[in-house]
This record gives sequence, C-alpha cells and structure tokens, in this order.
Amino acid sequence: MVRPDTGTRAAWASHSEGRSAESESPELPTYIQGITEALREELERDPSVFLIGEDIGTYEGAFKVTKGFLQQFGPRRILDTPISESAIVGAATGAALMGMRPVVEMQFIDFISCAWNQIVNMAAKIHYRWGRAVPITIRGPSGGYTHGGPFHSENPEAWFCHVPGLKVVAPSTGWDAKGLLKSAIRDDNPVLYLEHKFLYRRIRGPLPGPDVTVPIGVAEVKRPGADASVITYGSGVHLALEAAAALAAEGHDVEVLDLRTLRPLDRAAIVATVERTGKVLVLHEAHLTGGLGGEVAALIAEHAFERLDAPVMRLAAADTPVPYSDPLEQQVLPDTARVTSALRTLLDY
Amino acid sequence: MRSVRTKSPPLATKAVKPALRGLTRPQLHELHYLMLLNRAFDDRISALYRQGKISGGAFGSRGQEACSVGSAYALEEHDVVGPMIRNSGVILTRGLPIRKFFANYLGRATSPTGGRDGNTHLGDLSLGIVAPISHLSSLIPVLAGVALTFKLRGEKRVAITWIGDGGSSVGDFHEGLNLASVMKLPFVLVLENNQYAYSTPTSMQCAASKFSDKAAGYGIRGVTVDGNDVLAVHHAVKDAANRARSGDGPTLIEAVTMRMKGHAEHDDAGYVPTALLAEWAKRDPIERFRRLLRSRRLLTEEEDRATEDRVAREIEKAVMEALSDPFPDGPTALDGVYAERSEDRGPA
Repeated sequence: MVRPDTGTRAAWASHSEGRSAESESPELPTYIQGITEALREELERDPSVFLIGEDIGTYEGAFKVTKGFLQQFGPRRILDTPISESAIVGAATGAALMGMRPVVEMQFIDFISCAWNQIVNMAAKIHYRWGRAVPITIRGPSGGYTHGGPFHSENPEAWFCHVPGLKVVAPSTGWDAKGLLKSAIRDDNPVLYLEHKFLYRRIRGPLPGPDVTVPIGVAEVKRPGADASVITYGSGVHLALEAAAALAAEGHDVEVLDLRTLRPLDRAAIVATVERTGKVLVLHEAHLTGGLGGEVAALIAEHAFERLDAPVMRLAAADTPVPYSDPLEQQVLPDTARVTSALRTLLDY
Repeated sequence: MRSVRTKSPPLATKAVKPALRGLTRPQLHELHYLMLLNRAFDDRISALYRQGKISGGAFGSRGQEACSVGSAYALEEHDVVGPMIRNSGVILTRGLPIRKFFANYLGRATSPTGGRDGNTHLGDLSLGIVAPISHLSSLIPVLAGVALTFKLRGEKRVAITWIGDGGSSVGDFHEGLNLASVMKLPFVLVLENNQYAYSTPTSMQCAASKFSDKAAGYGIRGVTVDGNDVLAVHHAVKDAANRARSGDGPTLIEAVTMRMKGHAEHDDAGYVPTALLAEWAKRDPIERFRRLLRSRRLLTEEEDRATEDRVAREIEKAVMEALSDPFPDGPTALDGVYAERSEDRGPA
C-alpha cells in the first residue's frame, strides 16, 4: 500500500485519498475503471471488437480489468490463450486483416518483448507494404513503483516509438485512459496502449461518457503556468503536478504538459509550452538514454530554440534495470523531490 | 477473385468424370500447366536477376513446384493463403496476374506492393493472399488468426500457410501451431522439407525422424507425403482442408522434397552433394506428372506442347509488360505508413 514516508508515494496518496473533493473524491471512478469502461463500451458498440490474452476470461485478468466480461460477452469475444505473446499478436494481426478489431492484453507490458517481431515487422509494416489496415490495440500494465523488479516494471515506449507504422499512447488520468483507449480501438492502425499499473487504483477522477473519445496525437496542458514547463506523460504527470504545487507555495508558476500520445508527438503543443515559459524539464519514468526525452529536446532545439531561456533539462529513470528492493527502486525511479529540485535549478537559471 | 482454376461444376455433371484421384482431365491439365508456369516464372526471375534487372534477391522453387501448386489447387476460392518465399506457385495458382508478380520483383509501381517490397512478399486479399515477411514462421500465428476469425464468425473457410524444415526451428512455429491446435482452428500447415535451410542440412535442424512427428506434440494430425507427387500433395491438403472445414482442427503436412538450386540466385549451393541432386533430379515433379499423364493417356503430345507454348507466351508477354511498367516516384516512399483511408479496410 501507499506509504506516506516518501515524497513520491505521498504524491500518489494525495491523489487516491483526495485533497480536493471535486476531482479526487474516493467516490469518483478509478483509472482502471476507465480502462474497463472503454473496453466494455467498445465491445457493446462494435461486434468486430474482441479481446484476446492470457487469463482474461475466467480469471478476469491479472488486474481484473475484464471483470464480468466473460459472462457478458461470452467466449467468442473474450478469448483466453496459451502463454504465447508472439502468437497472440500474430493472431490478432490475422484477425484484423479479416476485418476484426482485436484488443490484445499483455498480462504485464514487460512480456511485449516476446511479441517484438510480430509487432514491429509484421503488424507495423503491413499497411506500408501492401495497403491493408491492421486495426489492433495492444494494451498492458506498465511502469514501476510497485516493487515489481526487473521484469514487472518496464516502460517500453521508446522501443516502439522508433517504429514507423505504430502509434503509442500513455494516459495519465482515468479520463484519458478511457478516452484514449476508445480512440485506440477505433483507430485503423496498430496502437500500443501503455496503462500505468501504479495509477490503476490510486488515481480517481471523472470519466467521459460513452460517445466521448480523447484524440490520438493531442497533448493536454494539465496545469497552466508561466515560469517553466514540465513536458511529461504517464506517471510523470503526477510527479510534475505535485512538484508544481510545492513550488507554487514558493511563488513559482509551473506548467505541466501531458503528452498523452508518444507517437505521433504533438509538436505544436510542445512548441507552444516552450513559447509560454521558455524553460523546459522533460520528465519520464523510462530510462534516460534513448528515451522520449531526447526526442522532445531535439524537437525543441529544431523548432523553438530561440524561445528558450535555459537549456532543456531531462529527468528520467537511471540507466539501470528497475531493481526489486524498495530503496533500490526508489533510487532508480524519478520522484517528486527530484522533480522539484530539477525545477528549482531550471527556475534559477 | 480471378482464378486460373477450373471451377467445380464439371465434377457435378455426368459428362466429366474424375480421371485420376478425384480430378478431371481438365483439372489434371491445369495442374500440369500451373507447375510449368511456376517453373517458367522462376526461371525467368533467375534470368532477370542475372541480367541485373532485379535489384534485390531472387528466390526459386525448382523441384518444389508440386508442393505449391498441389496444395493451393486443393483450396476453395474463399480460403486464405500465406505463401512463403518458395511458393510462387501458390501465388500463381491463386490467380495473381503474372505481370503484377514480375512487377513486384522488378520494383514497379504497378505491383501489389508498389515497389515497397519485392519477390513473393506481396499480399492481395481479393485473391486471399496474405504477404509473408522475411522472418521465418511469422506467418503461422497470423494465418492462425485468420483461421480464428473464420471460426469466430462461423465461416466454412480454411487458412493455410507453408514453412520449411529450417523455419520449423523458429519460435513462432511452435506458438502459432500450438495456438491453432488448442483453439481447434481451421488451419493447415504445409512443411516443405527440402533437405536444406540455406546451407544447413535437415539433420542439424531437427532430431525427430520425421517433421510430421511434431504434430503429436500438439495433439493434431500429422502426415508425411511425397512432396514431388503433385497428386499426393493435392490429396493431403484437400483432406486436411476438409477436416479443418468440418471442425476437426489443424493438420501438419510434411511434404518431402528437394531444393534443386541454392538458397537464392547468389548461392551456388556447393555444399549440397552432387549425387544427392542427381538422385532427386530423377524425381522431378513436373517430369513425373507428365510421364504419369502420358502413360495413362490423359495428356497427348500435342496438348503437352500446347501447354508449354501457352506458358512461354504468357511469361514472355507478362515480363515484357512488367519491364515497361513505371517505377514508383521517389517521394511516394513517404506515403502510407499509416492507414487513413477507409478503403483499406473491408470484409475479407
């Protein structure tokens, strides 16, 4: 459970326990409910949608995302499979070619590495090579802060953002989780949907109605500000909001831009926040080297260099595997204190 | 779908009786024609490669024509195929215009991939063809997914793909075949055991005495057939497809054959003993079938010659047209990474 003795965890706790009754009330739905609602509504809406994965039927998923689905939709829409990530993605691709709209669940996103070839060589290249759409969504719990260790804490977005033909999204709120998943399922391309398992039941907030989607490719300012920008996504949004709140008490006005979609990046939104504040911290939970932060920094250098009042800073996980033991994991992953400290450096520049 | 195959009605009429193993005389002639077409196409690809007209690799299937043609001919129009690199005969049997096939090798704008991919890497769902990728066995899960769709929608259709002895060592062979078996999908896998995977002999690829023995591990039917006997391959695939269609799940068919040339045109296959090639040359699938038809008086010399002439004419016309087809414009390389138009989708 959430331990209030570290900065990071206090930030999560404030979201789950609720300081402001409006947006963070315990009565509001959780982030994971947003995912479940999106899946249920899209299954109800479109008969070509089906779910395929490991232990998603009878067991209702390792995190119970598909609770009640087998009863409601039956075994022709909710498909349990052998432990074969590559075959699951390959089969979803074949089904998509036949006019279906499969949604694949990776039990943990770490296992997506086993499906690498099917995703990057098969699914991602089909439309370019011979013109057929491959509308598959691959979703799964990603991220750390859960003592999952080296094989249950991965943030694999950078591996896939390099691949033409894929779209990659990473929601930070229940609203975005639901709206982006609906967009992903309705999209005619392979979409990687990275949900953050630490946020599953710690984040509460309103959810969009059945007809509302969050568009792919559009970032959102989660907190407007004038003095500096944090450009981030996923878990980083909450660290940034917490840091911004702490710095507001000191009179600093920090903007938080949530990218939401990682491929394609919303370049206009990135440039716009630089133009507003002139100072940027790029923050992500994935490793520093080769991470999305480098891409964002390069875009800023190319398109908004003259609007900068300070060098672009990056804060990310250390370049190590994500270790298991609590003090080690805390050392490696970004936390609110480090975000706040990095922002202070930036604000003082 | 345009198909070169004789449609089924002749079988239903009393006028045309099956002449050999359930096939009518016109159908037998068509098998003969398709194998000749397969060989002539591959030979022409080889020549184009040597002339420097094909910028990428050129892969042949000499000696394996019965595997491709015999199996593809056993399918129904609405079945879906996933041909691999040595299955040009499958693509031709499904009815892809020969000109378009040449155009794909030649990188022309008129080809099914518009120059984005080469060789047999082409897909056309109007002909039920799913394009392969270079990574061996990757199509097995994909065609299993095609079969899964048929099962989910209650359609009496079959998905089939091919693999080699070498490709059977890759992980997706296991994952895909296992998934298809557990889910009891209408799926057929033809394993062409052509003795060599590039330079690696079968003995270094698999410790089982027969590749079809692998079927037992998946709880499915496994059969081994003479891959140089087009009627044996046809019968085995027809039988497997019928079983799949009636809900009996997948079959693994091992077709024992021989790759009579190198891995591709650049490879002289010096590692293959000449005595082995000489032995297999006596079992050439096209000559065997020709001798059989002639001995049963099912093919006259005139008919045989006319078929040869037809193939030569069609190949010549198609290759000349393809060579005059335009190359794609360079800047179009940036288009189409993502699907945006609704016509990319539709019932398959």
